[in-house]
Amino acid sequence: MAEKEVSIADIANRSQLFEEELKGETMTINMGPSHPATHGVLRLKLEMDGEYITKCDPVIGYLHRGSEKIAENMTYTQFIPYTDRLDYLACVHNNVAFALAVEKLAKLDVPERCAAIRVLCCELARLASHLLGVGVYGMDCGALTVFMYTFTEREKIYSRLEELTGARLTNSYARIGGLARDIPDGWLGKVLETIESCERCIDDCDKLLTRNKIFYDRTVGVGVISKADAIAYGLSGPNARASGVTTDLRKDKPYSGYEKYEFDVPIGKEGDCYDRWLVRVVEMKESIRIIRQVVDTMPNGLWYNDEAKRIVAPRKDKVLTSMEELIQNFMIVTEGPQIPEGEAYFEAENPKGWLGFYLVSKGGGVPYRLKIRAPSFCNLSILPKLLVGHLVPDIPVILGSFDFVMGDCDR
Amino acid sequence: MATKVVDRRPLSWAEKTYIPQILSGLRITFRKMFNPVVTLEYPEQRPTIPDNYRGVPTLVKDPHGREKCVSCQLCEFVCPPKAIRITPGSIDEASGNEHIEKAPKDFEINMLRCIYCGLCQEVCPEEAIVLQDIFSANGYTRQEMVYNKKKLYELGGTLPDKHFKWDKKKKASEQAPSH
Repeated sequence: MAEKEVSIADIANRSQLFEEELKGETMTINMGPSHPATHGVLRLKLEMDGEYITKCDPVIGYLHRGSEKIAENMTYTQFIPYTDRLDYLACVHNNVAFALAVEKLAKLDVPERCAAIRVLCCELARLASHLLGVGVYGMDCGALTVFMYTFTEREKIYSRLEELTGARLTNSYARIGGLARDIPDGWLGKVLETIESCERCIDDCDKLLTRNKIFYDRTVGVGVISKADAIAYGLSGPNARASGVTTDLRKDKPYSGYEKYEFDVPIGKEGDCYDRWLVRVVEMKESIRIIRQVVDTMPNGLWYNDEAKRIVAPRKDKVLTSMEELIQNFMIVTEGPQIPEGEAYFEAENPKGWLGFYLVSKGGGVPYRLKIRAPSFCNLSILPKLLVGHLVPDIPVILGSFDFVMGDCDR
Repeated sequence: MATKVVDRRPLSWAEKTYIPQILSGLRITFRKMFNPVVTLEYPEQRPTIPDNYRGVPTLVKDPHGREKCVSCQLCEFVCPPKAIRITPGSIDEASGNEHIEKAPKDFEINMLRCIYCGLCQEVCPEEAIVLQDIFSANGYTRQEMVYNKKKLYELGGTLPDKHFKWDKKKKASEQAPSH
């Protein structure tokens, strides 16, 4: 066997080959699941070429609790506290969306006062959720001040919701065919005071960040989503509107009497992080506009449908004094609200996007199947496409601009 | 559909120098310095709890000191996380409650499972279980956090009764002509 002579040219050639290899080597880094920028337990497996992302693989499910399966084992009323835990930054909105979905299946109407109170708390929840989203977004971009200011205002909104519902975060306020209780005396006046201070705070945040060069440079042109992509990936809510998609279920398919109130839908032009910020800021101002109109036109009457004897539990004082209502109470609690057989899909415009409930009922008080269309889940589906080509330091900015909640995404 | 395209202008020459932003930012933060303090020094200062607050669920007695719970187990049934466990028992002769059929022999609420949703209070046909304004239930062991009947009555105390349902019923049966 003849030995092969190794020439200098061979060695040079080989090192060149390795050089090629070295150049092409990517590094896999892991971001999350517990990382301050991922807003919960989102894990991103990133393939990096130097500082640039070449591939992103989001790993979800760290907060999966099986809400859909849980729903099959309990009555519609019992599931309401579980809807709090979907998007836990706007709990009332989830309750209302679920109640509306069941009411759609049962073809049940609610009195005007109930619908108005629902709109009012939905908008308060939207305001609270966006205040957090906007404040945390400032923090993701390095501006801590805004977070302190918005949190102060969010706290005031939570105090109002506490007075109304009895709990700060897990409100469980809506019921099938009504609400848990009426609004307390003098509460509407407090709401007006709260939104006034909110308005001042939003203006302050606007002044602090929107024309700030550091913030501007950090967000403009980062994470651009085209209109076609936004539609193709099923984005909804402020994220889709920032890309120029003119969709808002409160306008397109008005529910709970949204058609009665006047408001504009903010639309972005470019679809980058800066647009998503602008859309949220304007949306908060529109929410305040809606709240003012609701407070001005709050109708009188009952806050629950008292004709649906097999769905809505009777009032407490009647349960305590009358035999018939006592039996009705026992029937509804033990058998669940009697919902007719059928299927229904209902979507509501949550602060994060469209929250949809698809219900299949075989009659009786327990859903046969419940599917939840979670806005955060659909919004995050664009990440593998969006993050490619961006730098690692852009990730907090992009994730923050999406304003997602993992409780909603994993459900 | 009333849409409004957001106001998105490029930065002006002056804004690119940072100076207007710094000045207006300083004005806002300086003004905020004189705002009232919103934080609460928690263990020393306590937050004001609104009416109808949903805190720790407890059992209550009526103004005559009789237990109101008739052990119907509706709260046990409705509780979404299954935190309540009731063992029905018979009425104590000496309690002055002989017109009621049952009373709980044991009543346990697992505070580690309870989610303070208030459904138990909502469904109770006797107003016997009431969510109080206690918001910090704590203990060292898991066993300690399962509140038994004694502890629940201790926390609950007595609440004014609006209806006196059973008293009225008793009176009516006494006044009714015997068959």
